Amino acid sequence: MTTSRRDFFKVTTVGGVAASMLGFDLTQAQAEVRELKIARTTETRSTCPYCAVGCGVIIHTLGDKSANVRPAVVHIEGDPDHPINQGALCPKGATIKHNIVNDRRITRPMYRAPGSGKWEEKSWDFMIDRIARLLKDTRDSKLREANALTAVGVIGGCTDNNENNYLLVKAFRAGMGIIPMEQQARI
Amino acid sequence: MTTQALEVKNASAGAASPGIRLTEPVAKLIDTSTCIGCKACEVACQEWNDLPAETTVNLGTYQTLPQMTPHFWNLIRFIEVEMNGQLHWLMRKDQCMHCSDPGCLKACPAPGAIVQYQNGIVDFQQENCIGCGYCIAGCPFNVPKLSGQTRKIYKCTLCVDRVSVGLEPACIKACPTNCLSFGTKDALLLKAQKRVDQLKSSGFEAAGIYDPQGVGGTGVVTVLAYADRPEAYGLPANPTIPMSVVLWKQPLKWIGNLAILGGIVGAFLHYLRYGPKHVPEGEKSKQAAGGGPA
Amino acid sequence: MTNGWTDIQNADVILAMGGNPAENHPVGFRFVMEAKRNRGAKLVSVDPRFNRTSAVADSFTQIRAGTDIAFLAGLINYCFTHNRIQEEYVRLFTNATFIVHPQYEFKDDAGVFSGWDEATRKYDKSTWNYDIGPDGFAKVDPAMQDPRCVFQMMKHFYARYTPEMVSNICGCSVESFNRAADIITSTYPPDRVGTIMYALGWTHHSFSVQLIHAAAMLQLLLGNIGCAGGGLNALRGHSNIQGGTDCGMAYHNLPGYIAIPKQDQPDLKSFYATLLPKPLRPGVMNFTQNYDRFFVSQMKAYYGLNATNDNEFGYSWHPRLPNGAAPGTYENWSWAYIFDHMSNGMMEGLFSFGMNPVNNGPHSRKAIGALKKLKYLVVAENFETETASFWKPEIIALDEEGTSTADVRTEVFLLPASNFAEKDGSFVNSARWFAWKYKALDPPGDAKTDQEIIARIFLKVRDLYAKEGGKSPEPIRSLNWWYTNPFQPSLDEVAREINGWALGEVKDEKDPKTVVLKAGDQLGKFLDARADGTTLSGNWLYIGSYAAAGNLAQRRVNADPSGMKRFENWGYNWPANRRIMYNRCSADAKGQPWDPKRPVIRWNGEKWVGDVPDYKPDSPPEAGMGAFIMLPEGVARLFVPGQFAEGPFSEFYEPTESPVANVLHPRTSANPGVKPFKGKWDLLGKPDEFPIVATTYRLTEHFHYWTKNNAYSVQLQPEFFVEISEELAREKDLQSGDMVRITSARGSIQGKAMITKRIKPMQVAGKTVHQIGFPIHWGFLGRGKQTGGMANIVTPTIVDPNSFAPEYKGFLVKLEKV
Repeated sequence: MTTSRRDFFKVTTVGGVAASMLGFDLTQAQAEVRELKIARTTETRSTCPYCAVGCGVIIHTLGDKSANVRPAVVHIEGDPDHPINQGALCPKGATIKHNIVNDRRITRPMYRAPGSGKWEEKSWDFMIDRIARLLKDTRDSKLREANALTAVGVIGGCTDNNENNYLLVKAFRAGMGIIPMEQQARI
Repeated sequence: MTTQALEVKNASAGAASPGIRLTEPVAKLIDTSTCIGCKACEVACQEWNDLPAETTVNLGTYQTLPQMTPHFWNLIRFIEVEMNGQLHWLMRKDQCMHCSDPGCLKACPAPGAIVQYQNGIVDFQQENCIGCGYCIAGCPFNVPKLSGQTRKIYKCTLCVDRVSVGLEPACIKACPTNCLSFGTKDALLLKAQKRVDQLKSSGFEAAGIYDPQGVGGTGVVTVLAYADRPEAYGLPANPTIPMSVVLWKQPLKWIGNLAILGGIVGAFLHYLRYGPKHVPEGEKSKQAAGGGPA
Repeated sequence: MTNGWTDIQNADVILAMGGNPAENHPVGFRFVMEAKRNRGAKLVSVDPRFNRTSAVADSFTQIRAGTDIAFLAGLINYCFTHNRIQEEYVRLFTNATFIVHPQYEFKDDAGVFSGWDEATRKYDKSTWNYDIGPDGFAKVDPAMQDPRCVFQMMKHFYARYTPEMVSNICGCSVESFNRAADIITSTYPPDRVGTIMYALGWTHHSFSVQLIHAAAMLQLLLGNIGCAGGGLNALRGHSNIQGGTDCGMAYHNLPGYIAIPKQDQPDLKSFYATLLPKPLRPGVMNFTQNYDRFFVSQMKAYYGLNATNDNEFGYSWHPRLPNGAAPGTYENWSWAYIFDHMSNGMMEGLFSFGMNPVNNGPHSRKAIGALKKLKYLVVAENFETETASFWKPEIIALDEEGTSTADVRTEVFLLPASNFAEKDGSFVNSARWFAWKYKALDPPGDAKTDQEIIARIFLKVRDLYAKEGGKSPEPIRSLNWWYTNPFQPSLDEVAREINGWALGEVKDEKDPKTVVLKAGDQLGKFLDARADGTTLSGNWLYIGSYAAAGNLAQRRVNADPSGMKRFENWGYNWPANRRIMYNRCSADAKGQPWDPKRPVIRWNGEKWVGDVPDYKPDSPPEAGMGAFIMLPEGVARLFVPGQFAEGPFSEFYEPTESPVANVLHPRTSANPGVKPFKGKWDLLGKPDEFPIVATTYRLTEHFHYWTKNNAYSVQLQPEFFVEISEELAREKDLQSGDMVRITSARGSIQGKAMITKRIKPMQVAGKTVHQIGFPIHWGFLGRGKQTGGMANIVTPTIVDPNSFAPEYKGFLVKLEKV
């Protein structure tokens, strides 16, 4: 085992206590500070998902993206180049890391059977098959004149990207014929 | 994790020799007249320093906590007050003031537990801290906080790890309204004076800078619209280092040394009786990494 | 936003009203502080509470929640009575010169416009129009002296809103109103500019559209629209709510704000008859006449090669909005109506992508009662929400019918979805700026990206139709799902499709020998799109965002060559990378900037230079094309013909639940255009039982109902609270920290009392009125103290008749100590 720089300081400071007790003044020229925790991270440019100011953020993830490392978020900070936030963030944006790394995240498909009082873990195949079956049954039985399906609604997308909003509209409205499609704008 | 070193100007319980490098004192500027109390600085501080979230309750105010804590080094104070017939909702960022003449450092009996770097930042070195709490008594701003968990003292480091590599402190960077800025103290005093002049011309005749000389000036330059009433912002009007600390630092110092000796003897007896304190490996390395409380 | 975040620093006066930007958009608010610091700008805050914005404002006026129109109308009157109008601007750029229909009138004492039928409580809007001359164009009086011209009609209309009347309605003092009015209207000279920042404080009312109409009128009178530092800036709340709206996530619009085809428009011809308006003045651009190009290009994007000229580009495949009960009306499937229809058993399924209607919709108990009528509910989320778990005992207990968990037959699918960092794609912010974000890491566990979830559901349904047939399979079969990986469409490919490309050779329309685009070329500008099927574009508004130069949402050049903080090479700005909308108004009749120090565009003798002109780039100013190119009038509408439910001018009506009758016209107290829902949930309270005005809002420490999962946000604002004036606290014997109960006709919630000097009781119509406020961020699931304070349990189901936004602000409650 090699003596790290930190250990070396510990040794000297303990020595310092002894010296001080004996009436000597410690001559301490330097003290160590914590190393910059983002010194070796990978930076990814992104946009804060909260309000519509659209602050640029830099997501610092662990490591250099080598194949054996799963990136983990180390830190998130404002993007200093962004003309709007110029590096700043609000209290929500400043804690956005905990929106990503959070033990309350759902990580498995969960299913609640009719009348049940609990969630059950299910496979994606089960979920997609069942959802598609229900959706098709409704469409086949409830499709109205002019290809309008009003018995199924789709809400969402206001914190998702344009592309997914467009895919929702394309697949669910232009494809399936769903009329009730809304998001947060009115509310 | 490796660390990097900074030159020290002053250290507790022992004089440091000055280094040869030219280092200008750095400071924060807090313009309370443009602060919206958003608390971005509060959490940016916690985020950068990897501090755990506090459990809080609503106390009938927007203020997060009544006081700073070992996990919460930066607190916006919210004060509703009627002055000059007008309602004011004053918001002021509170944290370590990084005094030029730090009472905490003067009071500290543990060698090297509190250091003042050449750039003026006052920093606690937790591995040297003995948890005696004298610094609490020495601070006129009620800043240092003792962790019940680690028995060490914690406070704002002015993000010395960032500053030492040329980055601004986390709180400064996060501030949305630019009411916070960072730089050399001289430059910030100029900037503050400009803002004070602006405030005066828009009717705030008592506007001024808070940089109390009783502690040799502070590493935090605060612009107040009502500088004649610092108490309205929760700031002491004339902060000084308590007389007990001043005395302690001079003729009574040897008593302190005795006290430490006593402490060490005490610790030794404690060791004999209860054996070594087992610190989990992870925790140990976390502490070694720079003083984040476990 | 007509302008943008960075442009706010060019303002001389900022009115923050109907919004609390320091609280809700703190980083955007920095530009207000820049304007204050660098230009000595004045910030005026008008709000029911002294809030975080007020804390740094130069002037604060407290008004009763829901009386904003009266305040704005008072400002309009102040402009007329103090001659604070930029008259030349008004003459050039608004319909102030237009003569109104000879039978149009407003009946002061009744509080209704011409065409009102008391028996049916409906308007015949035919008189809400211009006086159309024999040439088919509206008649005008450029001198604005004709008593029937909009300018004179407006002056007369708003003369009722004296400072005393404003005070009597809004509960502010006359002095406070005059002080604010003096600052706000000080921007009428050509070289002074003011902006307005508003948000949900204006949209959450039963008269929200008319409220914004009033604000637009004020900004037009003062000559502030189109100028640097001016405009009318809606501060949108969600990161991509602008993009979602642009991309058609609203029942009534297709992407690019093209009105959805209606059931009684069986073919393209009948659809175009309402889509493409006729010009109302000679020489105007009337850009909307190009919507056929955009619609056909969108059909090509949807149905690809299957959309042909012969099948009208698949027009019959696309769903059309069903006819309503009355002729000429159509069914309403906006948010509140969806939940009303759902509670009436008209729906079987709901897909919710990142939405939490139990918390964020009006009247949570109605939403819970509606969800239990569903056969299935699919929720794609990061966190478990009250909506996904509405069947859990503590939440279903809110249902009025005593439903138990076991009674809820709804099948619920909670799909773990990715968050912003776990996928790429573009957001459009409130300033219409595109920003591409890059993926930083994979979703956790089995969570999937939304594009994969959407694709897998669609492809599975398509498989089922292929295997077993079914009803009307053509649109599903014909959908152009061309992506390299159909199960997980590349968002880069989707972004290219949204912009669109040429399917064949696109020829110059004036010179058919010149080929403008080859097959496969990305479209570069709006008029590259063709109505003959040779182009494809998912959303015409985004044409140019992904042109030959690549994906401009990825541009990161933060230079500002103009020095006007436009940052024109940062990202992309719809429309056409234009940073300031209606910017023709920034220059005078000769095309020179009103304020040479703050130029936006100017005519250099050959073309318009500066920002991308909101105008034909080579049309000289003397041609008088009209600064509002999207409107058939070519000018802004002070008087709005026929479009709104309650009238062509903005009149003050009381909130649906109000402590007093409208002092202007007690007979028509609330908005006559409002159609309340009639279900058992849709209850309204009276002031004798519920005497206190309540308003709801957001806190800077939280984002909606997400951050209640985040320990750091929770520590900053740990529990639900109610802001109460010291006077009301004395009356109710309350101390800060006491538990209080708020009850409306819909339900009750509980929280901590926060006694504050920042709310004061008001004198309204000779009566003392108390007002309280509380934030929305709590529910049942999350960290810290959750249960008890879900604000929307008490909000009403009343919606604005134009925008269908709920009246979350300015409703009645009672307050008790617990």
